[in-house]
Amino acid sequence: MNTITDQRHIMLRVDEKQLENPEFATLFFNYALPFKPGQFIMVWIPGIDEKPYTISFHSKDRFAITVEAKGIFSQKAIGLNKGDLVGIRGPFGNGFDIKSDGAVAVVAGGCGMAPLAVLVEQLSENTCFIHGAKSKDYLLYQDRFDIERQFCTDDGSFGRKGFVTDLLENEITLGRHFDMVYTCGPEIMMYNVFNICEKHHIPCQVSLERYMRCGFGVCGACVCGKQVVCKDGPVFKSSELRDIKDFNTKALLKSGKDVDLARYFSWRCK
Amino acid sequence: MTIQFLGKTLKNTMVLASGILGNSRDILERVHENGCGLVTMKSIGPEPRDGHKNPTVIDLGHGMINAVGLPSPGYLNMENEWNDLEKRDFPLVASIYGGSVREYQMVAEFVSSKKPDFIEINISCPNSEKHGMIFGVNPQSSHDVVSAVKKVINVPLIVKLTPQAPDIGEIARACEDAGADAICAINTVGPGMVIDIESRMPVLAFKKGGLSGPMIKPVAIRCVFDIYKAVDIPVIGLGGITTGEDAIEMIMAGASLVGIGSAVRYRGIDVFQKVADEMEAWLSDHHCSHEDIIGAAHKEK
Repeated sequence: MNTITDQRHIMLRVDEKQLENPEFATLFFNYALPFKPGQFIMVWIPGIDEKPYTISFHSKDRFAITVEAKGIFSQKAIGLNKGDLVGIRGPFGNGFDIKSDGAVAVVAGGCGMAPLAVLVEQLSENTCFIHGAKSKDYLLYQDRFDIERQFCTDDGSFGRKGFVTDLLENEITLGRHFDMVYTCGPEIMMYNVFNICEKHHIPCQVSLERYMRCGFGVCGACVCGKQVVCKDGPVFKSSELRDIKDFNTKALLKSGKDVDLARYFSWRCK
Repeated sequence: MTIQFLGKTLKNTMVLASGILGNSRDILERVHENGCGLVTMKSIGPEPRDGHKNPTVIDLGHGMINAVGLPSPGYLNMENEWNDLEKRDFPLVASIYGGSVREYQMVAEFVSSKKPDFIEINISCPNSEKHGMIFGVNPQSSHDVVSAVKKVINVPLIVKLTPQAPDIGEIARACEDAGADAICAINTVGPGMVIDIESRMPVLAFKKGGLSGPMIKPVAIRCVFDIYKAVDIPVIGLGGITTGEDAIEMIMAGASLVGIGSAVRYRGIDVFQKVADEMEAWLSDHHCSHEDIIGAAHKEK
């Protein structure tokens, strides 16, 4: 069997599926994948398509991805069952720069929780962990962590009614000090988190998403400003984000056409 | 040290192959800053086109196989990019493709008005049902498309050839006779196929795809050797070039400039500067210049 994981696909069978809510499923595979939080793999469902997914659970001999059913591929992916075959390539990308001893904040929005879940498990207890989603059912992994979480929902069905950015601002205003803020979620949310960090001079790491093909920095499908998201990212630091003029403004469609983010995400969610 | 190529000054002999990065002005500029003398945009087509589903690009270790499938916004839908590129301070090749002589002409005429430094016509892509390659395997078709495009543009014309041509020298000569200013060779080799034995399916969504990277270098060297022998116009040689020594070998086969694509995967985006520096070091060790060795392998000893 092929053991160089970032070249041809390694073919794996789904070992277990956990339904998180009606639209999210976590698929587990028994495989010792070399991996750093924030990196991603390309997941191939033969005959369907191949898409990038971050690793949402990782141990010595097991890993998982969490899929939100949005389009044709992801609908198919959450319908997979134990024993079904998928191909994976990777991991690709840089991953988070982990500050395991400092005072950090982790800000997760919706399924942006997935890459942050494996990060949180490597951080100290001195972590401010903020998690928001549209409603209670969409707050992923509710019983998973030792670190206490602050919750918010758009509809107020769990935790505070409001946005993660409100909770982050609140912590900072109360005088809490952070050496680093990690965030993943909708791009507008990450942009707002980045701006709060800039205002308070806190370094920040953001995980960006763009349509991808190769996964290793040659095809150019995922370029964002001067950065190649699959290779230079997907995690970008404040110093880089300041220069990415496409951050929260522009993305490329599959054809390579550049469009505003609203149009990009309405296409991506089809 | 600078290089003169078809009346333009380039900072070195390195060229970014079409289809690699090349999706926006920003990334083209970054490639230029990383030691690439001449950058090529992703091929521009007559209509908006998404390309194929994934998997489209797979690394096989000794090279890659791809069938991206010529995605393009379509030549009429690139206003932002053209506006961005107008302000560039680096030399640029606009690569184009079409499904008929008329389409090539239509795209070429429009693109020429956007003032790239060169236009490259891709008559060699294996990854689409109806675009490109058919023109590159027949001398008469090559002649027809080149002379038609040449009539409607006012920048130098580069023709990108496929190694699938039975006699690539003959195709190059037909292009030269039709007015081509330079030849670029080679496009990907194949098409090839990779089958996953567990799912019993071809891995690429398009099933077959073009090969690139180190495994195709000997084919590329032979093609450039044949083209150099057949024509007087300059040749951009590419196919598997990864190191300075590879580039020297390509120049000795007959290339004036050397293209790089897949090596971005193997050595990073600064591969252009690395290869340029390695070439310089070799040339200085051997007390010769780039011009001295163009086509050096053709001299009978």
